[in-house]
Amino acid sequence: MTATTLRGRSLKTSAIALGLALALSAPAAAADLVISNWDGYMAPDAMAAFKAATGVSGEVVVHATNEEIMGKLVASGGKGYDVVFVSSPFAEVLNNLGLIETIDHAKVPNLANLYPEAAKLPHDVGNNFSVPYTWGTTGLCYRSDLVKTEPASWNDLLAPSDALKGKTTMLATDRWLLAAGQLAKGYSVNETDPAKLAEVKDLLISAKKTLLAYDDTTFYSKLVSGEALMVQAWDGWCNYGIAENPEIKYVIPKEGSDLWVDTMVVMKASANKDAAFQFINFMLDAKNHAWAAQNIDYKVPNKPAMESLPADFLAKFPNMSMPVAELVKFEQLRDVGDAQRDYSKIVSEIKAAQ
Amino acid sequence: MTERSPATRRTLWLVLSLVFAFLYIPIAVLVALSFNQGGLPTVWSGFSLKWYASLAGNAAILSAALNTLIVALVSTAIATLLGTLLAIGVEMRRQYGSGLEALIFAPMIIPDIVLAVALLSFFSMLDFTLGLHTIILAHVVFNLAFVCSVVRARLKSFDWSIVEASADLGASAVTTFRRVTLPVILPAVVAGALLAFTLSVDEFIIAFFTAGAGRASTTLPMQIYSMIRFGITPEINALATIVMAVSITALTLSQRLNRGVIGQ
Amino acid sequence: MNSYRPSRSSLLMAPALAWLTALMVVPCALVLALAFFRRGIYGGIEYSFTLENFGLVLDPLYAGIFLNSARIAGTATLIAVVIGYAAAYAIAAAPRRWQPVFLFFAVLPFWSNYLIRTYAWIVLLNREGLITQLLRWFGYTGEPPSMLYTEGAVIAGLVYNYLPFVILACYAPLSRLNPELAEASRDLGASAMTTFRRVILPLTVPGIAAGAVFVFVLSIGNFVTPALLGGGRFQMIGNLVYDQFLTANDWPFGAALAMALIAIMLLVLTAQALAADRAAGRIAQAKGGADD
Repeated sequence: MTATTLRGRSLKTSAIALGLALALSAPAAAADLVISNWDGYMAPDAMAAFKAATGVSGEVVVHATNEEIMGKLVASGGKGYDVVFVSSPFAEVLNNLGLIETIDHAKVPNLANLYPEAAKLPHDVGNNFSVPYTWGTTGLCYRSDLVKTEPASWNDLLAPSDALKGKTTMLATDRWLLAAGQLAKGYSVNETDPAKLAEVKDLLISAKKTLLAYDDTTFYSKLVSGEALMVQAWDGWCNYGIAENPEIKYVIPKEGSDLWVDTMVVMKASANKDAAFQFINFMLDAKNHAWAAQNIDYKVPNKPAMESLPADFLAKFPNMSMPVAELVKFEQLRDVGDAQRDYSKIVSEIKAAQ
Repeated sequence: MTERSPATRRTLWLVLSLVFAFLYIPIAVLVALSFNQGGLPTVWSGFSLKWYASLAGNAAILSAALNTLIVALVSTAIATLLGTLLAIGVEMRRQYGSGLEALIFAPMIIPDIVLAVALLSFFSMLDFTLGLHTIILAHVVFNLAFVCSVVRARLKSFDWSIVEASADLGASAVTTFRRVTLPVILPAVVAGALLAFTLSVDEFIIAFFTAGAGRASTTLPMQIYSMIRFGITPEINALATIVMAVSITALTLSQRLNRGVIGQ
Repeated sequence: MNSYRPSRSSLLMAPALAWLTALMVVPCALVLALAFFRRGIYGGIEYSFTLENFGLVLDPLYAGIFLNSARIAGTATLIAVVIGYAAAYAIAAAPRRWQPVFLFFAVLPFWSNYLIRTYAWIVLLNREGLITQLLRWFGYTGEPPSMLYTEGAVIAGLVYNYLPFVILACYAPLSRLNPELAEASRDLGASAMTTFRRVILPLTVPGIAAGAVFVFVLSIGNFVTPALLGGGRFQMIGNLVYDQFLTANDWPFGAALAMALIAIMLLVLTAQALAADRAAGRIAQAKGGADD
């Protein structure tokens, strides 16, 4: 028995050695480009079309939230990624940390398709380090068949009627969670005055008592199932709900919204920057960008793309037709630098409150 | 604990039934739902294997399953080797300081989140590229401690004088190990390896922190976590059923090979 | 005799100890060191010495989160110990040949995937979930109770996940209990309750302590269960550490929190060791008494 076991063992040892060698050998991805994006945030056939057009292959990996990909990028120095989709304040941080490359406009001629407003966004005037991919507002998404009066104010979410208690959700992401309180109070979404932030904190803590959950990934399915009746939502994500149930509606509260911009950035650590720019240029192509908009139901800052959207699509999702001039009146979330620690602390305080 | 009144006995059986119901109903529900055509917990709409079929066509899940298998196999192999040697070394010496004991015990008790952030900081500071290999390096840490404890338990009753006798008869240390020590501890080694394999297959937190970019180092638990976070899709039920079947088989094997592993 | 040479045993231990040192001791020491630095303005680490991270841990907010985590973990521990002890007692009282089978099936769920076991509770508890459906089936027409995303859901998830270990830990001393002790106590006129309280319970304290420590330590450092079953409405230390590393990009503060977590764990382990020592003394006493 011993002898056979031992033979088996040495066989096993070599198998182990082989496995080890395989696993430890270059963890490199097979594709030319690694692109990190939110799940379902581009057309499913985009990479195949990109490969057909340019011969460059790309692997799309998904991140759940801005914070998650930021954590990974900061920890790894950006290694392993070529193009990353992040919201503008995070692009600012990546730029300040020196992790992202300057956009070479000569290699991205389709930048010309952007609305002039999209080239002058306060977070990055002139698109030096980030290229806007989508933009929009944050507002209230609700079941018009089950909510008696149409919500009009952030306070309808923060201090809901009895029928809505326990049936609302707010975004879990720090900045947007705070933005709801800041807007309700009439403050800037980048307010750093501690006294004002304390008021916002108190407001959000009192709102927590009537909240079902903090959720920035499944709120629209909670609306569809009826688990929630009114949620704080990004306009495009509300459209996912509208697509499943036309009774779901979106409204920007009277106190306003932020102007959020999701951008594409190229990592400094990328070994294939030309291909990365090629990818961004491909995405900005009017046809491709319009196709993306129709797939993900988000507004894109691309003039010819928006003008080419079919009428029935625009009719289905009213917030797609919001005029650019109105959109850019809202304030962008900006990196708040040192105040970030206060922001984190306030969010911890809100989430820890009973 | 001998004679008991019928009333006491009934109470004890009731306790057992309730506890087993508590432990198994949630699992049974998932398994049942995995065969539910509609996939919703609300209505039973007929028996179907379609969620299993759709799993088989889900490239992300298949690649995650393969990654998990690689991590579990490689980390188990390394941990089994190192953990067994460690167990023999410790038990051979018999006199060891509490520092050594603590070091061996620590990986089993340290909160996952602490080890996870420690390894993330460590790898990031060394400028290591994160990937499957970093998950493997991390998994060996706790796996080797578990293998070691299983093998040590077996060695507690080991008669070291046989080793002595073998050496006296002129056998080399290696021969002695192969012919004397190994046959005795083999069931424990295999049981420890299966235990390590199970732990590695299911481990989420440390893998989540030490994984690199993208699908290339996404393991099954990471995939499951993101599926849960992005909403309830019926595919999870099918996946859960398969994953549970695999862990339960590995554990049952381990138990049969080494009676009472879980009891230690 | 030469196979006992310490040098040989050191050689056998060396690879594993080297691994543990390189990938556990050094990283943990590194985290400890990190806790003494500052967060850079944009995240990252600024290498100047400070104690402010530890000061922040003691800030009423974070200290409050620690206390709250301890309360939630403590409640889960208490419930798990009560249920687990009852189950272990019932198993130890079952016919001998059935005991290993019961024990095996009590522990089996523990080895299935943690996330999946937690997910099962989402299916059971959500407003449109199974429990609501059951209530409706029984003719309940009112507003479905909100069970998911509550503290109760978090505690249920923790108890469910860690219960098997408590059963295991309590079963060991219960199965070794000398039946004559209980008999002697009864012969001396003690009621069943007194026998349990004065004889059985004290002798099984080490098992209870081991089980309780396990549940407490794993619960207090948990971030998955509060995240999935608490709907982000409950902040526990595990979530806080997670957030500092992956959300707020404040590694030094996250490191200080992780060290505080380790300190709590050491404290709890020490308490357990003390409880076990005292119990060992009592057991020795009881044995001495039984021999008379």
